[in-house]
Amino acid sequence: MSILVLAEHHDGHLGEATAHVVAAAKAIGGDIDVLVAGQGVGAIAEAAAKLDGVTRVRVADDEVFAHQLAEPMADLLVGLADDYSHVLAAASTTGKNVLPRLAALKDVAQISEIIAVESADTFKRPIYAGNAIATVKSDDALKVITVRSTGFDAVGEGGSAAVEPVEASVANSLSSFVGEELAKSDRPELGAAKIVISGGRGMGSGENFKILDSIADKLGAAIGASRAAVDAGYVPNDMQVGQTGKIVAPDLYIAVGISGAIQHLAGMKDSKVIVAINKDEEAPIFQVADYGLVADLFEAIPELDGKL
Amino acid sequence: MKVLVAVKRVIDYNVKIRVKPDGSDVDLTNVKMAMNPFCEIAVEEAVRLKEKGVATEVVAVTVGPKAAQEQLRTALALGADRAIHVETDERVESLGAAKALAKVVEQESPGLVVLGKQAIDSDNNQTGQMLAALSGMAQGTFASDVSVDGDKLKVIREIDGGLQTVELSLPAVVTTDLRLNEPRYAKLPDIMKAKKKPMDVTTPADLGVEVASRLTLVKVEPPAERQGGVKVSSVDELVDKLKNEAKVIS
Repeated sequence: MSILVLAEHHDGHLGEATAHVVAAAKAIGGDIDVLVAGQGVGAIAEAAAKLDGVTRVRVADDEVFAHQLAEPMADLLVGLADDYSHVLAAASTTGKNVLPRLAALKDVAQISEIIAVESADTFKRPIYAGNAIATVKSDDALKVITVRSTGFDAVGEGGSAAVEPVEASVANSLSSFVGEELAKSDRPELGAAKIVISGGRGMGSGENFKILDSIADKLGAAIGASRAAVDAGYVPNDMQVGQTGKIVAPDLYIAVGISGAIQHLAGMKDSKVIVAINKDEEAPIFQVADYGLVADLFEAIPELDGKL
Repeated sequence: MKVLVAVKRVIDYNVKIRVKPDGSDVDLTNVKMAMNPFCEIAVEEAVRLKEKGVATEVVAVTVGPKAAQEQLRTALALGADRAIHVETDERVESLGAAKALAKVVEQESPGLVVLGKQAIDSDNNQTGQMLAALSGMAQGTFASDVSVDGDKLKVIREIDGGLQTVELSLPAVVTTDLRLNEPRYAKLPDIMKAKKKPMDVTTPADLGVEVASRLTLVKVEPPAERQGGVKVSSVDELVDKLKNEAKVIS
């Protein structure tokens, strides 16, 4: 078996997720090649070559891959896929954008967001926002798979894989890159934060969300919200954690004034440690919280802020 | 410009799911079903394009069992002009759905196809991308803003860490993210009117496609139960536990 891993990269750096995807590839077993596609990606390829377990790094360095748009990226992968039994990518917005296009062009199913490898053709993946775990088996000759990073511990460094260029003539007349606006907040991104503090309807207003700022700054946390808080108009939709929002699994999740509706729990229950602060001791959030504090959040949050 | 919008019938997002005792699948008997939330956003966007005068006709389509006609009627009540039901009782996954939709695209020649980015049952996030590939179209996935400019489509995409703007040749495929719009509720008179709007029924066989899933569902199990923890009595105790027991803050 041989496996091709599509490297994740941004701003000239190899993405953290790649080491997790290589770990998933190691669990499948076989030779592991990493494909780095982009423009001016030499340093990224060197970083990928150091990942433990990688046999070879293949580099497609061309203007057409500059922003990793789905159309040229899928065409590149289609040309390479015949050499492989598996093509893997992180379940990032890049991997999710590109891989289904590859799968369709190769007429194979895609297996999304695997969290465990049972064998070379059988994988576990969450469905219904993680409320059930499905074991699925693929009979396709080529397995196209996206990997949820939290399911696999990253491989270390210490490898010294060969780096080889890929000759590919890919054109793209369908799409073009216009611009990018990356969040410049000092706070980490919700989906990648090690600590998340979220507010619910109990916050009472958008203005009141500001009381979470200081704690978030001290802990280096991202700020999220429940759907109830979003529906009430307190905060914008991109802060929503839950089945219809972002799925997060930080080391620490602090739920403030959140009752714990199913749809919210679906988005955060894989967090390592959950803290709930709510004045209603019957709130369902306490059933999943490792540490529950029954208190008025408007007293508890300033006090917590003072003690961190 | 004709806009095709694909919708899926799924379990209502407020329902707590149960895994069947034999572990074969999730139990959907006597469970409330609804239109997938991301598909509601897709329908809303298509209807708004029509209200803005960009779209001339909105056609809703679904691939699924007879009961999925309920969701097509919902789309009609929300403002779609007519509907196409590709009826099948197979367990259809993304590739099969994309193949059926590609045939509908061939027949209807829409200028734009809008789909939800993922369904909240299978959580695959594949169908739009696969349809774009099969139809040779560009794709604007996870869209938070869509605007048509002549024969080009500008899409602002929600990507990890921010937003990306791309320009696509039309016809194109767009998949919706949460921020794209806030779907309206259907009004009673519109629900009544929707009953009279045209709905064509076809089958995968009529379209000449195979939709059955290539993946075997070996088993479905509930996730590891989370053990409820302890109640702490004060903020001091909470801080102490987080520092010294859970060791998640320092």
